[in-house]
Amino acid sequence: MIEVSNLSKHFGAKTVVNNLSFTVNKGEVLGFLGPNGAGKSTTMRMVTGFISPSSGDAKICGTSVIDHPKRAKTSIGYLPESAPLYNDMTVRDFLKFCASMRGLNGKAGKKAIEYAIETCFLESVAPQSIHTLSKGYRHRTCLAQALLHDPEVLILDEPTDGLDPNQKHEVRQLIKRLGEDKAILFSTHILEEVDAACTRALIIDQGNIVADGTPAELRKQSGTDSLQDLFRTLTTKETE
Amino acid sequence: MFTIFKRELKSYFTQPTAYAVICIFLFMSLFLTFYMGSFIKTGDANLEWSFFFWHPWIFMLLAPALGMRLWADEQRSGTIELLGTFPTTIWSAIVAKYLAAAVVWAIALLLTYPMVIAVNTLGDPDNLTIFSGYIGSFLVCCTFLAITCLISAFTSDQVTCLIISCAICVLLVVIGFDNVVRALAQSFSESTTDAIVSTAVLDHYRPLLRGAVRIQDLVYFFSIIGACLLSTSAILNAKRA
Repeated sequence: MIEVSNLSKHFGAKTVVNNLSFTVNKGEVLGFLGPNGAGKSTTMRMVTGFISPSSGDAKICGTSVIDHPKRAKTSIGYLPESAPLYNDMTVRDFLKFCASMRGLNGKAGKKAIEYAIETCFLESVAPQSIHTLSKGYRHRTCLAQALLHDPEVLILDEPTDGLDPNQKHEVRQLIKRLGEDKAILFSTHILEEVDAACTRALIIDQGNIVADGTPAELRKQSGTDSLQDLFRTLTTKETE
Repeated sequence: MFTIFKRELKSYFTQPTAYAVICIFLFMSLFLTFYMGSFIKTGDANLEWSFFFWHPWIFMLLAPALGMRLWADEQRSGTIELLGTFPTTIWSAIVAKYLAAAVVWAIALLLTYPMVIAVNTLGDPDNLTIFSGYIGSFLVCCTFLAITCLISAFTSDQVTCLIISCAICVLLVVIGFDNVVRALAQSFSESTTDAIVSTAVLDHYRPLLRGAVRIQDLVYFFSIIGACLLSTSAILNAKRA
């Protein structure tokens, strides 16, 4: 579903993503871990076709995002890190706009919007203007936007960032449920999320993959049965 | 593309932007017409000097004010990341957003219709000339908007965009003035001066006010608009590369 091959990104002399390759299959939820600045967001932006890679390619359901961006983008739902929204719109209008951008108009659009609002628990704020929403609702509105067209591939950049513990739990459950018939790539630096939602996890550091496996495998690899220890030994600390 | 156009146009009217710009435009154009242009005293029904003459002066300040959020806002709030991952091209987003802003201006211009009714009641104007005046005025405005659109792609700060675009638009207006032309002639050769002066907006605007629709003027306006929009697309793509 998502095939990333030899993806690299350089900003000037700085290498942010270095020759990254991995695949995410249908039914898999891949947790993308790493310290801040490890290249998680950059990788995701390249996979969604928002920025172009310096070299390498990403295929979404067999379609290269570089050669056929428009076609590849139809099968992706993407939640950007900052959950950007048009503040002057209401939640429902915003979702209507996004649905229409995905070619969902009229009846199909309405159905998609109702489904997204229901899935992300937005009923109570649907008629509200976006600039009045709290952070948790903003995040979920942006998540709803990614689910509208029932995409085969979901790319979520820190989907639980800024949510309260209850909301975090709900979103993790949602990711787990959606992951049953989709390919999901989501980034986080909360390690407990790996156990809660992922079928597999990647740890990247300074643009390189430093660990790859199921949560159980990773825990074994740590030697102390703790993901946190593994994370701390494998990734570069800012104090070093 | 139509979806983006619709959203943009709606957002101009759900926020006070469009109302503010339209009101100030109407107020200023009428003030300048009656006060500076002495519309009543001249008794000229052709609107050329009293009414249309002032439009570039208003547009050079107000067009950037309306256009400054085009891409600056999109980049600051990060919504460009949404647009960039929808199955559409950045080019269609540029055109859609630009057209929405142009439509707001078209509405502002159309709302000056009482002037047309007034001159038709008071005198016997050439309505075709007035029509070509409107075309000219709209083209000047679209040109300034396109320049603002390009500048807004460079920066995520609306104020920077406003200041730089205003400066460029003001330059394009004043460069056609005799004093400026004389000053230029002193430091440049004749052909260079001619080349610089030919970029002045007023030189291409005045024939349209007199009712003369010349190919070279249309080429001037459309090539600036086209070049600005294409450059906007190049800048936005380069920023994502």
